[in-house]
Amino acid sequence: MTRIYLDHAAAVPVDPRVIEFAQPFLSQIIGNPSSLHSAGLAARQALEEARQKIARFINAEDEHTILFTSGATEANNLGIRGTALRNKTKGTAVAVSAIEHISVLNPVKDLTKQGFTMVSLPVDSTGCVKQEDLSNLVTKDTILTSIQYANNEIGTIQPIRELSKIIHDHGSYLHVDATAAAAWIPIDVRRDGIDLLTLSSNDLAGPQGAGVLYVKPGIKLQPIILGGGQEKGLRSGTENLFAIVGMGEAARLIQQEQHQERHRLQPMRDTLIKEILTIDRSFLTGHPQHRLPHHASFRFSGIEGESILLNMDIEGIQISTGSACSSKTLEPSHVLLAIGLKHEEAHGSMVLTLGRSTTPDQIPQVIQATKKTVDRLRALSPLTM
Amino acid sequence: MTQVGYSKKVMDHFMNPRNVGVIENPDGYGKVGNPVCGDVMEIFIKVHNNIITDIKFRTFGCGSAIATSSMVTELAKGKTLDEALRLTRKDVADELDGLPPQKMHCSNLAADALHAAIKNYQQKQKLK
Ligand code: FES
Repeated sequence: MTRIYLDHAAAVPVDPRVIEFAQPFLSQIIGNPSSLHSAGLAARQALEEARQKIARFINAEDEHTILFTSGATEANNLGIRGTALRNKTKGTAVAVSAIEHISVLNPVKDLTKQGFTMVSLPVDSTGCVKQEDLSNLVTKDTILTSIQYANNEIGTIQPIRELSKIIHDHGSYLHVDATAAAAWIPIDVRRDGIDLLTLSSNDLAGPQGAGVLYVKPGIKLQPIILGGGQEKGLRSGTENLFAIVGMGEAARLIQQEQHQERHRLQPMRDTLIKEILTIDRSFLTGHPQHRLPHHASFRFSGIEGESILLNMDIEGIQISTGSACSSKTLEPSHVLLAIGLKHEEAHGSMVLTLGRSTTPDQIPQVIQATKKTVDRLRALSPLTM
Repeated sequence: MTQVGYSKKVMDHFMNPRNVGVIENPDGYGKVGNPVCGDVMEIFIKVHNNIITDIKFRTFGCGSAIATSSMVTELAKGKTLDEALRLTRKDVADELDGLPPQKMHCSNLAADALHAAIKNYQQKQKLK
């Protein structure tokens, strides 16, 4: 049986071209970018080249705005904690959309122990931040607002440019977690009005272990990791050269190929949505149009997501779910609850994310397997509604 | 969004569950919900001479909930009511070669549903 991987939102296979490009930095170029000898110089040059590639990727003012971290989680932590703590004389409220990633929500929750207040920005049933609420909830006291570019569970893309205007009108900084979006949507921090931006290497088909925080010139941060003063003193620790060099190259390749890849995958994704929605009592989650081009997410009444996942796995297809039973805490996904689903509705969720390995011939197989899975699990279920 | 590590036996009972369905006019019926994650399980029994002669289940829940309900029906079938009432969640989990720790509560659900069906039968007998 051929296996079909449709969980690209969780992990992406590293692009072989990226591995080839970055490989010398694992085995041959052993210099520490902070060392002054020639090996160190080669490492430093590679690091700066990667920085320039990332700056171009998001149309940043210059490469000095790019800070490398160990991944998106650290970039979110630095962006949020670093900005809030350094600027707390200007305001002590931090606003976040209700469907942010846990690595955004938890640092903000933690800040409430240090005198900050957390403001949750509601979303509508498609997952879009409610603009009318934004003008009331973001106030003069809001030092930072964090809204993701797109959501990895329901695929919804936020109108960042419009939101940014409202947020800036109230004098708040805007942090955008672009982890789920960056591979699919051309990001332009200047056009979009973004003050801080998070990127993850692996979501760009780069190696795990690198991430980026973009910081607009003029914004002051407090470091959260202290030590040797790397990355302008904002992120101490020897740089993970292999992952960073790989991330730069991955971003360059994505920038070149994004448009084409998007148009290759979107029709396949559209077929998936159209066909899966012919299943009785099946629903799309997230926005029907403003969604990531590789992303299809559903819920089915009367069945549970972990058993959907197991059943699909046996059919050779790897998917993801936001069901309570599949989470460590046995809580349903906060994203599905925030878009207004009831507990039992959030139970039957299935998320499919396409990627480079996806081919058109896989699509009928996925549709077949989904129908079979839903039928079989419904036959076992006491819930008929 | 994590895949749980299930034993072969759990996966077998998940993919080929025994005794699925409903019994029309059952002698006993039990339905329980899982307060932890919100799943539902129901069990129907037929009783003859104090012995469970037929048993069926339906479950809305995770892989472990489906497998444990299948296993509990298999264990209970042919047993006397007293024997069946003594079945615990540990018996169910052991027969399945164990469950991941965070999934033990699902086996509770299966034993509870069985016990609820038996109690329901016993109550009906008293009323007769
Ligand atoms: S039924 Fe929810 S975890 Fe098993």
